[in-house]
Amino acid sequence: MSKRNEDREQNMKTRSRKRIKRNILAVTYLFVAMFLGMMVYTCHYAMTHKQELINNSYNGRQEIFTAQNTRGSIYASGGQVLAETQIGEDGGETRVYPYANLFAHAVGYASNGKYGIEALGNYYLINSNAKLSDKVANDMAGEKYPGDNVFTTLDVDLQEVAYQSLGIYKGAVIVTEPSTGRILAMVSKPDFDPNEIDAIWDDLLEDEESTVLLNRATQGLYPPGSTFKMVTALEYIRENPDSYSQYRYQCGGRFTLGENTINCYHGTAHGSVDFARSFAKSCNSSFANIGMKLDRAKFGETLKSLLFNEKLPVDFAYSKSRLIIDADTADADIIQASIGQGTTQITPLHLNMITCAIANNGVLMKPYLMDCVKNYEGSVIKQFSPDTYRKLMSEEEAAALNGLMQEVVKSGTGTKLSGMPYTAAGKTGSAEYNNVKTDSHAWFTGFAPAEDPEICVTIIIEGAGSGGDYAVPIAKRIFNEYFDQ
Amino acid sequence: MELYITELSKYFITLFIALYTLECFLVFRFSDEERRSGCYMRQNLLMFLVHFSCFLVICFETGKVEYLLFYILQQILLFATIVLFRMIYPKGNRLIINNMCMLLSIGFVILSRLSFEKAVKQFFIVTISVITGMIIPYFIHKLKFLKSLTWIYAAVGAAALGIVLILGSTTYGSKISYSIAGVTFQPSEFVKIIFVFFLASALYESHDFLRVVLTTILAGIYVLILVASRDLGSALIFFIVYVMMVFIATGNWLYLLMGCAGGSGAAVLAYQFFTHVQIRVQAWRDPFSCIDDAGYQITQSLFAIGSGGWFGLGLFRGTPDSIPFVEADFVFSAVAEELGIAFAMCVILICISCFIMFMNISIRLQDKFYQLIAFGLGVTYIFQVFLTIGGGTKFIPMTGVTLPLISYGGSSVLTTLVMFFIIEGLYIIRQEEGARRVKKKRRQRTEYEDPQPEED
Repeated sequence: MSKRNEDREQNMKTRSRKRIKRNILAVTYLFVAMFLGMMVYTCHYAMTHKQELINNSYNGRQEIFTAQNTRGSIYASGGQVLAETQIGEDGGETRVYPYANLFAHAVGYASNGKYGIEALGNYYLINSNAKLSDKVANDMAGEKYPGDNVFTTLDVDLQEVAYQSLGIYKGAVIVTEPSTGRILAMVSKPDFDPNEIDAIWDDLLEDEESTVLLNRATQGLYPPGSTFKMVTALEYIRENPDSYSQYRYQCGGRFTLGENTINCYHGTAHGSVDFARSFAKSCNSSFANIGMKLDRAKFGETLKSLLFNEKLPVDFAYSKSRLIIDADTADADIIQASIGQGTTQITPLHLNMITCAIANNGVLMKPYLMDCVKNYEGSVIKQFSPDTYRKLMSEEEAAALNGLMQEVVKSGTGTKLSGMPYTAAGKTGSAEYNNVKTDSHAWFTGFAPAEDPEICVTIIIEGAGSGGDYAVPIAKRIFNEYFDQ
Repeated sequence: MELYITELSKYFITLFIALYTLECFLVFRFSDEERRSGCYMRQNLLMFLVHFSCFLVICFETGKVEYLLFYILQQILLFATIVLFRMIYPKGNRLIINNMCMLLSIGFVILSRLSFEKAVKQFFIVTISVITGMIIPYFIHKLKFLKSLTWIYAAVGAAALGIVLILGSTTYGSKISYSIAGVTFQPSEFVKIIFVFFLASALYESHDFLRVVLTTILAGIYVLILVASRDLGSALIFFIVYVMMVFIATGNWLYLLMGCAGGSGAAVLAYQFFTHVQIRVQAWRDPFSCIDDAGYQITQSLFAIGSGGWFGLGLFRGTPDSIPFVEADFVFSAVAEELGIAFAMCVILICISCFIMFMNISIRLQDKFYQLIAFGLGVTYIFQVFLTIGGGTKFIPMTGVTLPLISYGGSSVLTTLVMFFIIEGLYIIRQEEGARRVKKKRRQRTEYEDPQPEED
């Protein structure tokens, strides 16, 4: 009897011991799992945020690198030096920009904070991947190690043409390769000489009106004017894929809706126009009419997918474009928005990206400036490759827009580009930026050859007048330069 | 020459510590210490190599003789610890001692690099702690009345914490230390051990509802005193240890669930009512938005971790001193920066290896009191490691606790060493239990002539 009790007790004890064992094991696994999570997180964070962390201005480690390595050089795609550090006889370092103003905003500067490629590639420029034996030799000689060099996608010839063409005007030009996203040229005016940055810095900061340091190509926000009709047209095609070509409108030079009136440029009456004609002639009245037919909620979604009010997939400084349309947008606002006026604001970079997507069968490639990083001996340390961002529109939509844009050059506002050995396609714009109707920014955005686009240009000239008269000739010079090569 | 040594040593140091870490886990393949001795020998060799290579770099970088002398003293201490322990306690567990010495030597390396003066101070505290610690296993194993001191533990612990709250000096918003005759103590460190003893003695015999309630009230007092002292890290450690120990003692998942729910509720309330909690959470979610004040420490820590890469910048090649309180709260980030992420991950794995060994000892102990102590100390240890490393890497909000055995801080290192030696004592108890059981079974077998051989 007592033996059985004892056994039962023994049994219970064993069972409770087993339970404790199991629970301790469970707790052990729990903690080990927590630690594994933490380890993966830490490694991942450290490896993916390395550059961002080192480039942070609060991180004093930059100074370790700059004390140890000579800042690397920046090269154009053709091998020309865009920026280099020269060491004087006293050992003092000077950052030299051989092309002075030409690449001011694109290459930027490396003192007083960093800007442009000097900021973008800072991590690579201050690092040195020289061979260990060379480092030892430098140590012996009491010299710094040579920093790594950044090779950009920029083309000196195109940059020069774009720069000269803008002349004394304020404005911006951006030239890209739609199939890859390579940025071939990027000009912003007014400009400055980065060699003089230390001398002019204080004056520039003091003058609060000055926008000299601003890269208008990526950060300047402008009303898109008629170039926005590409977006309006895209939305109309999207909503009426089968019937848009049957669209007709009788233009009398103005579109009136209650108290609001939209005028065609210089009040020109375009007469009876179809969809392609409306686009080619940039007929404001017809596009205001189209705007009224659009589903505003869907239009809002299209804008979002085209990256309005959104972050752009680039790793340099830029401004977000602004335009919100939703189901509650008023009629008066929608007719303004349809022709790119009103509160709409866009950067030349963003407009170029939309144009690139049209040129590239609807697919947007991420724009980029750095082609590769090499150590001082020329071994590649890092190669940047073209990267697809997203399909912004279907191939059919892109092809339709491409056709419309070819018509602009053939018989519309862009005829100054016709009759060339290549077929160009594009859209002009004359964006009114204040109440005086004569003041307008001249826009052109387009690509060539239209059948198989190789380059895409976007031009804005502040206060010049009509896009067809002022911006299109610049595009022509850039295309000619590119295709003559 | 110098550059070759500093550059190449990075890879060798990483290799040595990686191999050491590997041995830490290979040990678990064998169930008895004798068959593990090959692993232990290799560990001792690798430990020596890591320590030696690090100090070789330090000596080359600084060119100072005192580092060399300091290294020799450290080597003597570590060597003596391993040899003496083996002589005094032949039945002791060598993995725990090896890991303890490995972590200590990493601590010496990184502290020497950060501040020679502090490293020397730490060295003396460690020396004294190890000498006193050596007798602990003996007492743990002999003093049977340790089980019956429940309410004394409770009173002593609460009193020690209470005194700090009332008389303690405030450092950076927290009241955590007081000074006696020029020596500053941080009682919450020692109380961790007392707290585990209290919970174990309160719960090992019976765990009826009333007893759990009573224990909860007392544990609650501890935690509240710590919250009032603004020592949030310690409060969290005490709380987790309490929840876990009640769960293991009772085997009741409901208590675990209630504890977690209660803890989460308390955390939400703390967030609502205390601005210093809100600031910490904000600094965790987006430290870069408040980089000038609340986020400064954590962003500097992230800069350090981000700049090292897998193999580190090399000792004296980075700037870990830009992190405020680096030698106490952010020593892990300093290790990651100069010795590399790979090395830092090995440090974490060594800590996990200690923890697994503690849990292993706990599982095998027959006596529930000792079992609970091994478990409680293990959780205390590993959770503290989790808080400090997680805080420094932005995995969890920062709480400001030390990395045991590596961080600078006398109270912290003394407490951790005592914990390790207590566990050694428990291991010896377990070994004897095992031997007794085998004997008993043999006797039973001969008495009943049981033909079935039983497994242990």
